[in-house]
Amino acid sequence: MAVKRADDYEVRRKHLAELSDEELKNRFWELAEKIVEPMLELGYKNTTPAIERSVLLRMGFSSLEVKPIVEGVMKKGLMGKGAGNVVWRLSKKLGISVREAGVGLAEGKYWDEVDTLF
Amino acid sequence: MKLDPNKKLDIKELLQDLESYRPRRRGWHWREGRNEKRKIGDFEFHETSEGLKNYIPLPGSRGFNYIDPQPDCVITTEIASGRFEDDIRRMRMAAWHGADHIMVIRTMGQSHIDSLIEGTTQGIGGIAVTRKQCRATRKALDMIEDEVGRPINFHSYISGVAGPDIAVMFAEEGVNGAHQDPQYNVLYRNVNMVRSFVDACEAKKVMAWADILQIDGAHNANATAMKAWKVRPELMVQHAINSIFSRKVGIKPENIALSTVPPTAPPAPRMRIDLPYAVALRDFFSEYKMRAQQNTKYMESDMREATVTHTLDLLISRLTSADIQSTITPDEGRNVPWHYNNIAAISTAKQALNGMDGLREMVKLDREGPLGKEVRELKERAVLFMEEILEVGGYFKAVENGFFIDSGNYPERNGDGIPRQIDGGIGVGMIFERDKDYFAPVSVHYGYNNIPAEFKKASDAIGGDTFEDPSKIVYIDELDEYDNVNTRLKELEKYYDTDVVKPEVEWRADGVVATTIFLPLDERTAEFAAIKCGEKMGLEDVTVVHKQAMHPSEGTIVEIKGKVKFDINVNELVIPEKAPVLSDEEIREDISQKPMFVVAATVGNDEHSVGMKETLDIKHGGIEKYGIKYLYLGTSCPVEKLVDAAIETNADAILASTIITHDDVHTKNMRKIHELCVEKGIRDKVMLVVGGTQVTNEIAVEAGMDAGFGRGTHGNDVASFLVKRRREKQKNEN
Repeated sequence: MAVKRADDYEVRRKHLAELSDEELKNRFWELAEKIVEPMLELGYKNTTPAIERSVLLRMGFSSLEVKPIVEGVMKKGLMGKGAGNVVWRLSKKLGISVREAGVGLAEGKYWDEVDTLF
Repeated sequence: MKLDPNKKLDIKELLQDLESYRPRRRGWHWREGRNEKRKIGDFEFHETSEGLKNYIPLPGSRGFNYIDPQPDCVITTEIASGRFEDDIRRMRMAAWHGADHIMVIRTMGQSHIDSLIEGTTQGIGGIAVTRKQCRATRKALDMIEDEVGRPINFHSYISGVAGPDIAVMFAEEGVNGAHQDPQYNVLYRNVNMVRSFVDACEAKKVMAWADILQIDGAHNANATAMKAWKVRPELMVQHAINSIFSRKVGIKPENIALSTVPPTAPPAPRMRIDLPYAVALRDFFSEYKMRAQQNTKYMESDMREATVTHTLDLLISRLTSADIQSTITPDEGRNVPWHYNNIAAISTAKQALNGMDGLREMVKLDREGPLGKEVRELKERAVLFMEEILEVGGYFKAVENGFFIDSGNYPERNGDGIPRQIDGGIGVGMIFERDKDYFAPVSVHYGYNNIPAEFKKASDAIGGDTFEDPSKIVYIDELDEYDNVNTRLKELEKYYDTDVVKPEVEWRADGVVATTIFLPLDERTAEFAAIKCGEKMGLEDVTVVHKQAMHPSEGTIVEIKGKVKFDINVNELVIPEKAPVLSDEEIREDISQKPMFVVAATVGNDEHSVGMKETLDIKHGGIEKYGIKYLYLGTSCPVEKLVDAAIETNADAILASTIITHDDVHTKNMRKIHELCVEKGIRDKVMLVVGGTQVTNEIAVEAGMDAGFGRGTHGNDVASFLVKRRREKQKNEN
């Protein structure tokens, strides 16, 4: 829904005309903060496959291992728990290392156990 | 591994033990010793930083004792050959010329790959950014920074649908700077808007931990908009959104840099347009850093024109400010940058910044006149833009309504913006709400994280993550059996560690050369005639890279490139031996035993005096320093006068300088000196020495001189020759 509009700067600016340079700058940054608030909120509340992969990478898995783990977690509908959480809980449950648990998942093992974790 | 300036960087050695290599540091580095006055050579500089241990100065430094002042700002070069093993060599050359921010462009399409990629596959317009390539490059840069004596920032891109993955890999591998701007993904890569911002939160949080400097993506609006100067209000909005968003996530303001480009170029009256914009930005974004980029939008294939535009960009940087001065190679309008054009761009920046050192102490911007008015208007337009974003329901709604990349000067709108839908784009539907018991067991994480009570911090659950214990990083070497660096090295084995060489511009032994041809023809005919010339010269794949009419019918200049079919074996070259030079002590001793007197002048109608003065003056290490006495007759000296002076003063030698070579006047002058001396009966007695930029010993001897000296000659070369020649003459007499 692209709009065509002539330059009405002179009309629109009336409420800004009396602001000092400093007031104008403050207004600029107040507006910018307001604009990004919803995005920060979305980031706070949500996760994505890329974020979960990045968590798993830091847990000591390779790029080849993190992809199938996250895909499996999505299939199980457990993204809301966190893929790293799934691997960590699995390792605790099975009494194996985090690394072993994750590699197992990447190789298609242990997914039945995952159903019992939450 | 340590580098020796006289040896090539050994790529094979570099690739050894990569699996266990750890970068020596994290984080961004600003140049040391800024904001202090510094004496360098004959001058005091006001806007420099600490000098380098090893460097190649500007050619003009010859007149100033080869000083190489390093400007106060970081200088960037962008490298995009697609083969990291060739990029690395170019990085080393760039570092010697003064670059300390090496930006590696990614291969086409990587931003759409939903994962990290691995190995060393060859890229298009850049490399595949992988762990191995990053690690090998960082390892090379660690050595190169030791060689030049200044830390070097390594930089690439954290964008696309694998942003958080790449951010983690960069943090682990010691990458120091990165582009990160979710708006770029949305507007130019059609990544889903929500996904892009949610991913960016995690990526930026990781960048903050790794102290990675961030550059935004707003400059792309300059390159995309039809009339780049009209999007100035929007650019300020884009900069603001990414800056404040990044800061709220946790990046410190001094690590947030705006990627800003002066939007126009001549023949537009650019100072009146670009300067107010630069000032407005620096007013509003005073807490953030300025990465001043050079203009690419209006670049054509003329490298001279590009260099002038880029020099004006540098004027704007010096009149306002630049924390990072980026450079664009002058050949970017023709092809992917060539080795020496990276150096050309770095030199343009260094040269202009040196030349404008301290400019602001003498020239002040006048805000009372049109500048102030224009600055205020730009700021108000940007504020109005943001007001309307909120009026329509926020950023996502504004993007849906095509607010961005509209070529109107906001609030004017042209209806040609790039609209994206909130439920569209790549990665849509891949956003998952975190449950109450969501948990990410890592040390750095943005947003909600339900850390179990038994742990002090999240990563305790796994005994520390890779940021705390890098030994946990899993290194993958190669995944593609054929497309990798080992195959490429094998294919080019003939050119590694051998005496066989081939010209190149991008990749080892690519065989590409360029030639400049003037033809007395109209442009269209000249283009095809030039290709024919290239073919007759034996080049393959000849293409025209630049052409410009000098007149509709009188002539056209054409630059062509093509590939040579041959190799050169350096062992088969006949290289005349450089005469060994006597030690200073030996020369001095000889002169004190037996004084020497010479007459000197620049001969013919030639006003060049620098070279001769340097050869004579004690101050420049000239022959005077060894006790040799001289009579200097100045410039444009007739040959007869010079020879007569030699007779009158009973000189041991005549030193003649000849720079102008038009119509071979330099060799004609040499012959004339020789013949006159023969005629006057002094040739056996007097030594004849000639110097000049186009002179070689071979040319000079051929023309009757005793010796000739070209570029790079110093007083000791000449004094040493004179002493040795006099000894020979004495021997012959005895």
